[in-house]
Amino acid sequence: MKPGVASIFSPTLAARFDVLVEKYPVKRSALIPMLLYAQDEAGYLSEAVIAEIARRLSLTELEVRNVASYYSMLRFKPAGRYNIQVCTNICCMLKGAYDVLDRFREELHIDPNGTTPDGLFSLEEVECIGACCWGPAIQVNYDFHDEIKPDHVPGIVGGYRGKAQAEGKK
Amino acid sequence: MTTRLGILRDSEQKMPDVTFTVDGKKLTAPAGTLLIDACRKAGIEIPAFCYYPGLSLQAACRMCVVRQEKVPKLQTACTTMVAEGQSFITESEEIAAARKGTIELLLGNHPLDCPVCDAGGECELQDMNFKYGAGESLYTEAKRHRDEQQWSPAVFYDRPRCILCYRCTRICGEGMDVWALGIENRNASSVIAPNLGNRLDCEQCGMCIDICPVGALTSGAYRYKTRPWEMNHVSTVCTHCGDGCKVTLGIRTSTEGAEIIRGDNRDKSGINNDFLCAKGRFGFDFVDHPDRLTKPLVRNSAGTLEPATWEHALRIAATKLKEIRDTRSGAAIGVIGSNRTTNEENYLLQKFARTVLGTNNIDHERTTDYAAFARALAGHPGKTATLREIGRAPAILLIGGDPTNEHPLLAWQIRTNVRLNRARLYIANSKPIKLDRQAKATQEIPAGGYKNLAEFLDSGQSDFSKAVLAEESLIVIFGEEFRSAAVDELVAWGLKRGNIRFAYLGDHSNSRGAADMGLFPDLLPGYVPVTAPGAFAEYPNLPSTHGRTLPQMFEAAANGELGALFVVGANPISRLELDPEALRDTLVIVQDLFLTETAALADVVLPAASLYEKSGTVTNSFGDVQLARKAADRPGVRPDFEILVRLAGAMGVDVKTLVPFAHGSVTGDLGQSRGAQAGEADRHSVWLEANGLEPKLSPFDSLALLDEIQRLVPGYAPSESFDRFSLFAGNDVPSELGNSPGFVPISTLRGPDLIAPNHDGLFTSATLGRYCRGLTELEQHQETVKEAVAAAD
Ligand code: SF4
Ligand code: SF4
Ligand code: SF4
Ligand code: FES
Ligand code: FES
Repeated sequence: MKPGVASIFSPTLAARFDVLVEKYPVKRSALIPMLLYAQDEAGYLSEAVIAEIARRLSLTELEVRNVASYYSMLRFKPAGRYNIQVCTNICCMLKGAYDVLDRFREELHIDPNGTTPDGLFSLEEVECIGACCWGPAIQVNYDFHDEIKPDHVPGIVGGYRGKAQAEGKK
Repeated sequence: MTTRLGILRDSEQKMPDVTFTVDGKKLTAPAGTLLIDACRKAGIEIPAFCYYPGLSLQAACRMCVVRQEKVPKLQTACTTMVAEGQSFITESEEIAAARKGTIELLLGNHPLDCPVCDAGGECELQDMNFKYGAGESLYTEAKRHRDEQQWSPAVFYDRPRCILCYRCTRICGEGMDVWALGIENRNASSVIAPNLGNRLDCEQCGMCIDICPVGALTSGAYRYKTRPWEMNHVSTVCTHCGDGCKVTLGIRTSTEGAEIIRGDNRDKSGINNDFLCAKGRFGFDFVDHPDRLTKPLVRNSAGTLEPATWEHALRIAATKLKEIRDTRSGAAIGVIGSNRTTNEENYLLQKFARTVLGTNNIDHERTTDYAAFARALAGHPGKTATLREIGRAPAILLIGGDPTNEHPLLAWQIRTNVRLNRARLYIANSKPIKLDRQAKATQEIPAGGYKNLAEFLDSGQSDFSKAVLAEESLIVIFGEEFRSAAVDELVAWGLKRGNIRFAYLGDHSNSRGAADMGLFPDLLPGYVPVTAPGAFAEYPNLPSTHGRTLPQMFEAAANGELGALFVVGANPISRLELDPEALRDTLVIVQDLFLTETAALADVVLPAASLYEKSGTVTNSFGDVQLARKAADRPGVRPDFEILVRLAGAMGVDVKTLVPFAHGSVTGDLGQSRGAQAGEADRHSVWLEANGLEPKLSPFDSLALLDEIQRLVPGYAPSESFDRFSLFAGNDVPSELGNSPGFVPISTLRGPDLIAPNHDGLFTSATLGRYCRGLTELEQHQETVKEAVAAAD
C-alpha cells in the first residue's frame, strides 16, 4: 500500500497484509485470504474494506466484489458478534436440524439472516459444514458444536452470552 | 529483444500445417489452430455462445462440444487445438442431445419474451433453440425473475435473458481496456455487474451491447423501437472523427422519409471490424433533431431570415454572387469548405470557386497540417501507414495525441495489435495517456519539446531511444503537436532512417479529404501549387495567384474588401471565435444542417444533407478512402453536391464543365450496349464496372466526379491498391500522399497558427456534436458518475 494512506485495519492486520501481498508471484493471489482476515476483524466486507483491499492488490473494486460475492461465507452486511450457522443439509436435516434451528429462533427471537438487537447473535442456515457423522452440527464463528438436541440450545446461547460479558468486563 | 519477439511472432505464424479429419472431411490448418476456427474456415459451423474470436477463451457455455476420436468425453471445440491425425465429429445424435441439454439449462430461468425482445430475430440463443429444439423443459419450478436495470443512458441489463457467456466482460476489459463489467455471485444467482454497483462509469462505447449474443444488454438508443427484420441495413462511414469507421445504419421508412434507428457494425467488415465508439454507435440522432434546417432561408428586407423556396433562395444567391464576381472580380469572394462533406463535394467546391467564381480564396477549418505532411512526403510514395497496417505493425511509435479520446478506433487498433500480436508500442507524450498501459516504453516530453524529438531519438542516449532505434520496421503516428517545419523535420528524419512509415492525426471524418481535394488558397487538389506552371490546365480561367486564407478572408471582410463569403458545412464564427462584426457588409451564403452561429449571420441559408443522407467517398486521417452510402432521407434537404450544381446552373454555367455526365465528356450507358440482356440491372452494373463504365446520367451523381478526381489528383490515381471495385464493394482503399508533386514551395499561407484542432472527446463532435442528444446525455452521465466517484474518495 502507498505510504501515507491510512489503513482501516489494525496495525497487526495491516502488517500481515503487507507481507501477504508480497508472498505470491501474482499479487491478486492474496485476495481470498485477505478477504477472510478482513472479515474476521471488521465483521463484514464494508465498502471501505473492499476499497482498501482493491488498493493493496491493484485491483478494481469491481474485481474484489466479483470474487467476494462468489463465496457464501463472505458477508457484505454486519453479522452478530457470534454468528450461529446451523447446518440443514441432508445428514443434519435427517437427524433433526430443523428442530434445532427452530429452537434457536425461539431462543434468540430472530429469523435466519437476522441479528439480535444487542448485536450479540446472528443466525444463519448453511449447507454442509463437514461434520455429517455427528449431525446435527452447528458452527459459531470458528467453533463447532455437534450432536445437538434442541434442549442444548439455551445452554449454548447462554455460554456465549457469558463469554461476551466476561470479555466485556475485562 | 526486438528479434526475439520478432522470431516468436514469425514462428507462431509459421506453425507447420497439420491434417485432421472433421466429419469425414480432411482439413489442413497450422498446428495449434483452435478447432472451432479451423472448422469455420472450412465452412463447418460449430455453435458457440462464449467463444469470440480475438478474446480470451472462456469455455463457459458448452455449446461447441464435439466428439474427438479416442477421447472419452465430448470436447469443447473452442479450446481444442488441432494436431496431426486427429479425427472429430461435430454433429451427431449424441452431440445434438448434449447441446439441447445445455440450452434447456440456459432456458431454465430465461423468459419467453422473444416477441418483445430487441434481440428477437438476430438472437444466437433463439437460433440454437430452433436448431436443437429445446422447446420443452423438465423444469417445473417458477422462473427466477429480476427487474431490468439501467446502468447508463446507453446500457440496460435484463438479467433473466443473460446466458452468462462473459462476452461483455471480456470485450470491455480486454477489448476496450475499461474493465467496467464483472460478474457477481454464483451459478444461477450470477449477474453481470457494472463497476459502480448500479451504474456504469465507462467509455459508453456500447461494445458490450453489440457483442451480447442475446437480448440481455440493450441499448438506450434502440431498445423496443423496432425488430431487426423491419430495418434496411446500409453500410456507410461514421461522420464524426478522423478514423472513418464503417458503420451499418438500421433504417426504417417513416412519414418523413427514412429514419435511422440503430448504428452498429455487426457484419464486421471494414477497418474497424466490429468496433465503434459511442459517436459512431449512438451519434446519428442529429439527423432528426428538431432544429434541423429543412427549408432554405433568405434574409428579408426587415433583416430577418425567413423560409423560402429552393428556387428563390438559389436565385438570390446566384444573382448576388454573379453580380459581385462581375462587378468586383472573383478576388472579392471567399469560400470556406467543410471537414465533413465528401471528397467529390470538396473537389466540386474548389472547382466551382476557381473556375466559376474565379477565385483562389478558398480554405477550410484546418485541424492539422496535412499540407506540410504532403510537402514533406512529396516524391516518397509508400511512406504512409493505413489504419489496417497499424493494426498489424510489429512496432509503433506514438508521438503526442490522445487516441483513446480523440481517435477511438486508432486506440482500439493499437490495443488489439499489442494484445494479439504482441506489437511493441512506444509513447512519447507531454502528458500521461490511457494507451501508456499498453506501451513497452514511454517517454515524457516537455509540452513544447516535440520539435527536438528526432534529435533526441537519434542521440540514442536513453533506453527509450535505443529501443525505438533498434526496431527493424516502425510506424510513427504523430498528432497536431507537429505543424509546418516540425512536420518536415520529423518526416525527413524518418525518410533518412528508411524503415519508417507515418500517420498524422486530424480531427473530422473528412478533414483529410478536404486537404487532399485542395480546399487551400495556394494548393489545388493533390497539393499541386496554384502557381505551378500548367497545373490543372483543363480548368478554364484558373487564377494562378494565391488566394486568402480563412483568417485573411475575415480580415478582408472587415476592411470591406470581401463582397461575398460562401460557407459550406463550417462554423468558423464559433469555432475560430471570429468577430461576426467583420461580416457586416459581406453577403454571406451558408450551406449547413443547422442554424449555426455562422449560418445565423447569413443572407441565404441552404439546408444540406448530412453524410448519412448522401453518397460519396471520404478519406480518413490515414488516407484510407471509403464509400459513404446514402442511408437516411429527409424531405427538404439536399446534398451539398446537388446544391453546388444547382447554384452553378442558376449562375448560368454549363454544368457539364463542372460535372461530366451523360453524352459529351463521358458516355452514359443505360444498357443499350447489352442488347437482349439489357433489363438485368444488377448484372448490367457489374458489367459496366468491369468495363470501366458507369452510368452517369445525372449531374447530381457525385460519383461522376470520382473519375476526374482519379485522373487529376495524383494520390487518388487508379492503381492496384486503389481499386474502384473494392471501393464500391465497401472496402477501404489507400490513397497515396507521396504521389503529390515533388516540389511544393513553402508558402506564407501556411503557418502553425492556421491550425485549430478541436480536441473532440468521446462524446463531442464540434458543432455537429451539440445536436447529438444521445451523446450529450452520455457526457452528462459520465460527469455525474465521475463526481459521485470523486465525492466517495
Ligand atoms: S459501454 Fe463499452 S466501456 Fe462501457 S461497459 Fe460496455 S463495453 Fe465497457
Ligand atoms: S449480458 Fe450478454 S454478453 Fe454479457 S454474459 Fe450475459 S449474455 Fe453474455
Ligand atoms: S472512432 Fe471515430 S470514426 Fe469510429 S465510430 Fe468513433 S467517431 Fe466514428
Ligand atoms: S450435512 Fe450437516 S455437516 Fe454435513
Ligand atoms: S463456445 Fe466453447 S464452451 Fe462456449
